[in-house]
Amino acid sequence: MSTPTRAPERGPGGGGIATGTKRRGDGLFRGTATGAGVLILLVLAAVAVFLVYEALPALSPDAEVDGGSLTAYVGPLLFGTVLAAVIALVVATPVSVGIGLFISHFAPRRAAQGLGYLVDLLAAVPSIVYGIWGIVVLSQWMVPVYAWLTDNLGFIPLFAGPASASGRTILTAGLVLAVMILPIITALARDIFLQTPRLHEEAALALGATRWEMIKYSVIPYGRSGVVSAAMLGLGRALGETMAVALVLSVSNVVTFNLISSTNPSTIAANIALNFPEATGIDTNVLIASGLALFVITFLVNFAARWIVARSGAKA
Amino acid sequence: MTTTTGKNPQPSREALQAIDQPLSKAALPRWAPWGVLVLSVVVALAVLLPGGTSAGAVAVLAALLHLVLTAAVSGAKEGSRKAKDRVVTALVTIAFLIAMVPLVSVVWTVVSRGAARFDAQFFTWSMQGVIGEGGGGLHAIWGTVVVTLLAALISVPIGLLTAVYLVEYGARSALARAITFLVDVMTGIPSIVAGLFVVALFALVVGPQMRIGLMGAIALSVLMIPTVVRSTEEMLKLVPNDLREAAYALGVPKWRTIVKVVLRTSVSGIATGVTLAVARVAGETAPLLLTLGLTVGTNFNPFEGRMATLPVFAYYQYTQPGVPAQAGVDRAWTAALVLIILVMALNLFARLISRLFAPKGSR
Amino acid sequence: MSKLIDVSDLNIFYGDFLAVEDVNMTIEPRAVTALIGPSGCGKSTFLRSLNRMHEVIPGARVEGKVVMDGQDLYDKDVDPVSVRQHIGMVFQRPNPFPTMSIYENVAAGVRLNAKRMKKSDLDDLVESSLRGANLWNEVKDRLDKPGMGLSGGQQQRLCIARAIAIRPSVLLMDEPCSALDPISTLAVEDLIGELKNEYTIVIVTHNMQQAARVSDQTGFFNLAGVGKPGKLVEIDSTSTIFSNPSQKATEDYISGRFG
Repeated sequence: MSTPTRAPERGPGGGGIATGTKRRGDGLFRGTATGAGVLILLVLAAVAVFLVYEALPALSPDAEVDGGSLTAYVGPLLFGTVLAAVIALVVATPVSVGIGLFISHFAPRRAAQGLGYLVDLLAAVPSIVYGIWGIVVLSQWMVPVYAWLTDNLGFIPLFAGPASASGRTILTAGLVLAVMILPIITALARDIFLQTPRLHEEAALALGATRWEMIKYSVIPYGRSGVVSAAMLGLGRALGETMAVALVLSVSNVVTFNLISSTNPSTIAANIALNFPEATGIDTNVLIASGLALFVITFLVNFAARWIVARSGAKA
Repeated sequence: MTTTTGKNPQPSREALQAIDQPLSKAALPRWAPWGVLVLSVVVALAVLLPGGTSAGAVAVLAALLHLVLTAAVSGAKEGSRKAKDRVVTALVTIAFLIAMVPLVSVVWTVVSRGAARFDAQFFTWSMQGVIGEGGGGLHAIWGTVVVTLLAALISVPIGLLTAVYLVEYGARSALARAITFLVDVMTGIPSIVAGLFVVALFALVVGPQMRIGLMGAIALSVLMIPTVVRSTEEMLKLVPNDLREAAYALGVPKWRTIVKVVLRTSVSGIATGVTLAVARVAGETAPLLLTLGLTVGTNFNPFEGRMATLPVFAYYQYTQPGVPAQAGVDRAWTAALVLIILVMALNLFARLISRLFAPKGSR
Repeated sequence: MSKLIDVSDLNIFYGDFLAVEDVNMTIEPRAVTALIGPSGCGKSTFLRSLNRMHEVIPGARVEGKVVMDGQDLYDKDVDPVSVRQHIGMVFQRPNPFPTMSIYENVAAGVRLNAKRMKKSDLDDLVESSLRGANLWNEVKDRLDKPGMGLSGGQQQRLCIARAIAIRPSVLLMDEPCSALDPISTLAVEDLIGELKNEYTIVIVTHNMQQAARVSDQTGFFNLAGVGKPGKLVEIDSTSTIFSNPSQKATEDYISGRFG
């Protein structure tokens, strides 16, 4: 080496290429990383296996369950779960899409990020807080609204009444759930709208479209499947949400489409939260069986959401 | 054609004339939307005030009037295309304002009601031996800290390593695709189901009626791991391949490249994701209700005995307040306030991390 | 320190796809070998196979021999990581580590491999490498500033300093000037001229004037057709290739008739 500088001579240049050395570090690290991934698979399998195992006693035909059979017990709960989640979805989706568009295309550029952060804050509020807020504030707001609804729209079965005096109805629970899934759907919708290829947008604007026409013809077609899957993810979240419903709803375990009366179906998750801490014996198994049903439903909804995303190739 | 200032089309080219647009059209002045808004509010007040009313009713009526008036005024002066554009702008703005209502209301309610017991005693006392007034949430604060940290301790290594496997080793193998898919599914597991799983697990392995801090931490981990995996995965994918190649070309083994270059480059993003994941599970109630139960004293040991946590404490203080009821309800609100402050602080902290520790220079 | 590399019957695959077919060449020590040819002809793939960098892409493999110092680099028990410590590489786009300062970037090869070295030795190594890359005078006052803060040309010379700091025998350069402006290009080309006193240099370039300016021997790669593997058409001293090539295809390419 004829370097003019004071560089220290170093090993491998003189030592020749190492042969026969297996890199233990690489193998070990790769193994650990793979192991962590496999562990996640095992955990998910374990969730399913343990739930099924603990639910088994309740699934046997001669098991003693409140209200007769397991289906008669879980049926109304399932109904309530789906009803509350659907209310939440119907309310939250249009509002979320509106907010998504507002932040991605309407709000002043400089303010957009901050406004988006405000909506994200909604997701940071713990569910227990929404629950107590639902009882204390939202229920009270809704009392006059429900009275008005029965008086003026009572002919629609949904609002048949008599209006609940406490406001703690399945509709209130659904609205609390709507507030809770709003930031989730909004965040996804916003990201999808922002991903609309600029070229499509500029092409529409260059043809003389107004802002709304540009959105209608380039942003919405591009984001449609993404919004659908965002809504599905929101639905999955609403189905599984526990505390807000457990606190807000005054339950009587019935099946009814009357949204504003004082008799309301409970939801699976809320029912578990309310009864599990004091449950013993077969009751525990029944509750776990209902939890299994919830797990399967949310699994299917999430699966469908991911499938829509995968099929359309859009990023969510 | 109306008030055109553009050039006139050539008479011979009628086709052009048909699609020609004047360069300037009648437009409403800039203040027009605000004017319409003020008018709407005034009209709504005038209509509703005589009968006695609430702010909510006025807001709803004013919003509807605003939409109708905007459509009418703009439609008459600017044409239907522009009118639609203005109505949609008003609609999405209203959607945003609707979302702000619960946010402001929740924060206001919790702060105003939680302030009553937001005192030194709340942060220095547990509920040991407290009946009725007084007492505090110190045991619950510590419980939340211990359980959440333990959950992070379990989730972060597993989540981080899984993300490394998915991005750096798995490529498109069947195992990697299975993991990606199931992590997505896990994101949607209802939190109560995670709690049930842990109860079922411990009932089988240790025996029923077991309630310890570790169970809560495991339940939270089930919820936290997928979030950590997803956010870390996104961050690792952002690291340009050039940097990995640069390290390989220096004769650096793959695992060192991952640890010292890839993870080092994305560390701020990963820390942000982890903090957000912690913030998310810190507010979880349902799984802790099932796995931890509640106790009145401070318990630092997650391997033995029940543990109080802020959400569960708030829940029981609100639903079973004791006598006098107001004392329990006040404690519940303050616990909720402390919880919100904790979660918001974690969120804020996450954003600070991503801003302060991002790699210098352009990427 | 500079070494000769003998390549014989080298075939490079991506999965089942044969990307480069049957290369035979001798890369001379203390000289610059330029590889030219149209886009997609496999010259970069070939370059990356010399230090086993192409193995980073899943499914990539080779058949044939690359012998340096009597040692076949593709022998079963050769560690590709060790190969890269002997054969350094500079990439098309400058890629300093964004989290590291200028000093740390140069020391990266040592630090990332957790080699123990005295602080004063490391200081010397960094200085000599930066001097070797003609960058010392420009950055000596701001060694602790981020490497990303330098201009494109300086970043590329920083990457060269980083590569020579591990004291390789061979330097591979994959279109090192394609992302640089003419003045920075000139600086890097001057540097290549100096580096060849110590290192065996192989450079891939799109720019034929550059090949003519800096190299001692030139190899011309070409593609027989779309979907067909790339081939080494001929390799000879640079003056012969540019004045009197033996193959028609080479002459066509150099005179600008295609590519």
